[in-house]
Amino acid sequence: MAETIVPVSHEPPAEATHLRHHFATEEQQMDASTLGMWTFLITEVLFFGGMFAGYAVYRNLYPAAFASSSQYMNVVLGGTNTAVLICSSLTMALAVRAAQLSKQRDLILFLILTMIFGTIFLVIKGFEYHDKWVEGLVPGLHWGSYPEAPQFAHNAQILFFLYFCMTGMHALHMIIGLGLLSFLLIQAYRRVFHANYFAPVEMIGLYWHFVDIVWIFLFPLLYLIGHRR
Amino acid sequence: MATIAHGTPETVATEVNYLNVEHGWKSWLFTTDHKRIAVLYIISITLMFFVGGAMAVGFRVNLLEPQGIFSAETYNRLFSMHGIIMVFFFLVPSIPATLANFLIPIMIGAKDLAFPRVNLLSWYLYVAGAVLTMYAVFRGGVDTGWTFYVPYSSTYSNSYVLAAAFGVFTAGFSSILTGLNFIVTVHKMRAPGMTWSRLPLFVWSNYATGLIQVLGTPVLAITLLLLAFERIAHVGIFDPAIGGDPILFQHLFWFYSHPAVYIMILPGMGVISEIVSCFSHKRIFGYNFVAFSSMAIAVLSFVVWGHHLFITGQSVYTALAFSILSFLVAVPSAIKVFNWTATMHKGSVSFDTPMLYALGFIGLFTIGGLTGLYLATLAVDVATHGTYFVVAHFHYVMVGGMVMAYMGGLHYWWPKITGRMYSEAWSKFAALIIFVGFNLTFFPQFILGYMGMPRRYHAYPPEFQMLNVLSTAGASILGVGYIIPFVYMLWSLKYGPKAGKNPWGASGLEWKIPSPPTTYNFDDTPIITEEAYNYGPVEEVIG
Repeated sequence: MAETIVPVSHEPPAEATHLRHHFATEEQQMDASTLGMWTFLITEVLFFGGMFAGYAVYRNLYPAAFASSSQYMNVVLGGTNTAVLICSSLTMALAVRAAQLSKQRDLILFLILTMIFGTIFLVIKGFEYHDKWVEGLVPGLHWGSYPEAPQFAHNAQILFFLYFCMTGMHALHMIIGLGLLSFLLIQAYRRVFHANYFAPVEMIGLYWHFVDIVWIFLFPLLYLIGHRR
Repeated sequence: MATIAHGTPETVATEVNYLNVEHGWKSWLFTTDHKRIAVLYIISITLMFFVGGAMAVGFRVNLLEPQGIFSAETYNRLFSMHGIIMVFFFLVPSIPATLANFLIPIMIGAKDLAFPRVNLLSWYLYVAGAVLTMYAVFRGGVDTGWTFYVPYSSTYSNSYVLAAAFGVFTAGFSSILTGLNFIVTVHKMRAPGMTWSRLPLFVWSNYATGLIQVLGTPVLAITLLLLAFERIAHVGIFDPAIGGDPILFQHLFWFYSHPAVYIMILPGMGVISEIVSCFSHKRIFGYNFVAFSSMAIAVLSFVVWGHHLFITGQSVYTALAFSILSFLVAVPSAIKVFNWTATMHKGSVSFDTPMLYALGFIGLFTIGGLTGLYLATLAVDVATHGTYFVVAHFHYVMVGGMVMAYMGGLHYWWPKITGRMYSEAWSKFAALIIFVGFNLTFFPQFILGYMGMPRRYHAYPPEFQMLNVLSTAGASILGVGYIIPFVYMLWSLKYGPKAGKNPWGASGLEWKIPSPPTTYNFDDTPIITEEAYNYGPVEEVIG
């Protein structure tokens, strides 16, 4: 069909080239993208919400079993990952700013930094998963005797099931985010973004911040519940 | 009506429109035109409708004999796949993905939906979901019922739950993207002068539907995903063996699936509002009330899911609250029915085919809605929840309501979509056949339920045979009723007389552009100066 997306030109992009055929103005297009992205993020909230609801129900039913799991959670690695993600949110925000100011080099730099932080997060997460497997903390597939609190060996499986579902879904979103960032990076190398056209950077930025915020909730709920003193 | 065949004075036989602007399968499979995508959807959901219908034929045949004709297992799989296909692959996308996809941009004066490529993606997701589900069908199907209740679907499953669940999961994202597209389109793409209070009611109802799709469907997605993980790991949060609660699955499932019932009826209500106004040649009565009742239904839809769990294990006080909230849904629904009736009052009513379907809708939906009140009543529900009463109630709303509305809408906008008219005599005949067949199929089920025949069994006590045979007879009439439109509508594509811009004398933006429309709908962005129901005094309208 007659899509009016103009192929990437060699010159610095001219005005209005990114206005698609069915929008009247750039402003309308930007408004639509923004509302679309926020609506999408609402669906994501509800998607994770199903798991948070399950967490709330079972933590209420089995508080002691849930708290006992904290002895197996590596707070140092989890805390490091929290810091890494917060940094990645900062660099993402700076990347959006760079795109808005047409600073091509800064944009590329901050996108790469964001991707590096994202990758560090996933690597650390991978080590944590590996530890859980070795310790026999994967319900259904490799569940040991839960030696630190054997009286909860039964119910604690629910927490670990939720742990893997929630962090796994989060990690999947991170991986998708990294894919989107690579797409942005290629575009940025081609100098597609500038002060009049930065919607994709901003939208993917919103997505990235959302994924970070999910982690901000996951970290205390999964790592710190047994650490009340 | 009489003017349509000769009403187009154009001399050029082949005007450029969205159907003939490009040719070849690529121009369809890679299109981003909302109208072409709507046509793709019409073809796909029609296919799925007949597959789901074939399942229904299967189990209705089984119920001819008290001891059943097929095995219990076959019967379970037939009714489960019937439910899954009809709910997720026909009813949910039926009006939003087809008629609304086609009409919303036109009705608000836009060239396309806000995200045309996302729209195409949603069709591909739908097809992927349908393929996965059909794979499950060909491998032998699912025997859990359409609700995938654990532990039927987890610990004790012996059928292709994973494939079917992933099919529904995928189709769910198609539904989310459609809803998201509609919400953004209605907010951001309205033509100058198209204020919220001038929006056609069809747009309002699909906007409300979009909200439910966006807020509800992700919860279904995560629920099915948790179920899938449980199947893979053989342990999970719905597994009582480790302290999990199967009823949590039901809560999560119905948190989506009750609102989903309104995804399946609200767009139908929008169609009826358009048809009733057009064929009464009169402004819709109480526009604001009809518009806001759609929004009220959308809001209430999220706080009534517990009425599916009255007999499953839920505290009495929770059940009481859900019961009261469920009664509240009757208020906006009744507002709509009263307003449609009031619109016809002193109107110049003509009984063209779409209006026949609309009248059928109003009567059957009222029966379906009122029996819904019985079921919202705690004590009555305990007695009837496990019986055919629920089946009859549900089908009065879904088939008597939504399918009637879909057929009505399809007949109403067919000339706009295809540029052709279908046979009036055949279409009226088919509408009548469908109405008779429908009532013969499902009214006996009210009586069966009242007498206590449990649902979801392949066999039943011999004293219920008479009513079951009636119901099966009705189903075969209904089946014929659905095949007739299929035939004459295909026929009309080639041999139907050309429809003009406005064969029904309707007001409303979609009737001011050519049939079929051009790719961008409007040559210039229209400026809206009046509401969609500007029919003027009744006397001036010539039928």
